[in-house]
Amino acid sequence: MSENKEIIRVEKLRREFIVGGEKVKALRGVSFTIREGEFVTIMGTSGSGKSTLLNLLGCLDTPTSGEYVLDGVSVQSMSKNQRAVTRNRKIGFVFQNYNLLPKTTSIENVELPLLYNSSVSAKERRERAVRALEAVGLQERLYHKSNQMSGGQQQRVAIARALVNDPVIILADEATGNLDTRTSFSILTLFQDLHARGRTIIFVTHNPELAEYSSRNIVLRDGKVVSDTCNPFPKSAREAYEALPKDND
Amino acid sequence: MNLSNLLKIALKALNNNKLRCFLTMLGIIIGVASVITMLAIGQGSKNSIKAQISEMGSNMIMIHPGNMQRGGVRQSADDMQTLEVADYEALQTLPGIAAISPSVNSGGQFVNGNNNYPSTVYGITPDYLDIRKLKVKDGAMFTDQDIKSAAKVCILGKTVVDNLFPGGEDPVGRVVRFGKIPLTVIGVLESKGTNSMGQDQDDVVLAPYTTVMKRVLAIDYIQGIFASAVNEDETEETIEAITEMLRTRHKLKEDADDDFQIRSQQELSEMMNSTSDMMTVLLACIAGISLLVGGIGIMNIMYVSVTERTREIGLRMSIGARGIDILSQFLIEAVIISVTGGVIGILVGVLASWLVTVIAHWPVYIQMYSVGLSFAVCTITGVFFGWYPAKKASNLDPIEAIRYE
Repeated sequence: MSENKEIIRVEKLRREFIVGGEKVKALRGVSFTIREGEFVTIMGTSGSGKSTLLNLLGCLDTPTSGEYVLDGVSVQSMSKNQRAVTRNRKIGFVFQNYNLLPKTTSIENVELPLLYNSSVSAKERRERAVRALEAVGLQERLYHKSNQMSGGQQQRVAIARALVNDPVIILADEATGNLDTRTSFSILTLFQDLHARGRTIIFVTHNPELAEYSSRNIVLRDGKVVSDTCNPFPKSAREAYEALPKDND
Repeated sequence: MNLSNLLKIALKALNNNKLRCFLTMLGIIIGVASVITMLAIGQGSKNSIKAQISEMGSNMIMIHPGNMQRGGVRQSADDMQTLEVADYEALQTLPGIAAISPSVNSGGQFVNGNNNYPSTVYGITPDYLDIRKLKVKDGAMFTDQDIKSAAKVCILGKTVVDNLFPGGEDPVGRVVRFGKIPLTVIGVLESKGTNSMGQDQDDVVLAPYTTVMKRVLAIDYIQGIFASAVNEDETEETIEAITEMLRTRHKLKEDADDDFQIRSQQELSEMMNSTSDMMTVLLACIAGISLLVGGIGIMNIMYVSVTERTREIGLRMSIGARGIDILSQFLIEAVIISVTGGVIGILVGVLASWLVTVIAHWPVYIQMYSVGLSFAVCTITGVFFGWYPAKKASNLDPIEAIRYE
């Protein structure tokens, strides 16, 4: 795997906040490298700095010090607008609470990132959105509105939205946090499928169970990496899903 | 980010929130429409007052006897005998005067067979028609010859005709009785309707002033003189010339008060104008307040609706919208809402003004400036308060915005 292209490289990443006149050190020097095709879980309890790290990796925030290179480009030196364009072209976000536009159809939600990319024509936009929705198994629900769908379906739409711009990395923030166990495993299966098809995924969670399904696990505590282990034989989420008792009522 | 994508995004967002969109527009519609209607009513009544005043006779100057004392007792105007026919004849020679007529009048019962009607007979000269903007519709006006001979002839106003000749027969050539004096009807006046004071301008009978003086009232003075200036601008100077001439003729000492009063149509119209100006100011105040209230309404709903969309803004930014994209989207939305609301407001305002004319029969006149002003104020308020919170939101950190509760 080491011969694969470097997607993310962070070195001595630090991030400090001033809260109520007091300096809070959320990240105290984090370094790691993520290569193409990895499925990384970043774990940690609340307060460990994992949300801060996710925001930095997602170009939503800039570090106080340290270096962050995404797909060969240093994010450090980017302006606000350049970071927005980077988010648009290279990153796909999946949030815990889906964050779909209300009263909007799946396909329009999925098209949204491409609307902010003027090099994509209307025709291509539609085609790519349909393909992304097919990839998450929602080809039957292209024109359902977000409020007419279950949580699992909404999260699938959100994943399709993250895929539509063909990002170099998918960042998931507690993507199964709002779902019941069964739906969680089906979403996890979807992530594993995407990984199998070569996608690079970072999955941030506080649930240690999920680490068993990823290919690599980074654990944060108090703003530092305390363990970084590869998992050559991840468990299959599909098996776990099928082993679950089906709802018969 | 191209414009057509931005438009698409903004239109979709508006479409997703039709009710909110409509409520915001409603504020603008009411603001614009009320201002236009109020000012239209104000201006309409002002215009109609103006028109009615000029209908009463333009540049008219009225001279009445006045301010006479007998042994320290002030006299009522009717008893004063300071104006004479000779005064009238002298004033005829003044250059600023276009038409002049003495005036004597007497109220009483007019009788034609079984019908009778109380009216007033005005003793005047044919010039009076020009001064008061009257026209003889049927028959003819009496002549100077009739005046010299104090002929027993008269011209009837429409109201008098209606009452004395209810059958609709032609009054011209018939003889009506005023008291004991028979008067031959030689003409009928064209109807003028009521004036702005609610007086019936058709309830008159005109006769040569000599006839009224000698045969009806048996007096040798006149009760007043009506004149009209050559044009409105010269009214002031003409009044001064008349004053001077009358003072000389009446041999008044330098420090003595005038024994006559001169009033002009101009004064009357100024008075009326100031009344209607006050009304316009009042209506403008009401309109201003409704504009203010409307503006605050627009402000509130715009502010709240943008603020409640902070999470949406956060999401859009996380998937790659730049600050400028967010700002443009909200600006376009605000412009669409404000301009559409403004245009609908103008239409509603025009419609409401029209309804006021049709239903309440009030005269209205829509002024362009009120349309422009109300539209501008509402639209600018709408756009500003759509823009300002969006500006704030676009400066937020996407993380903060997306976690905004």
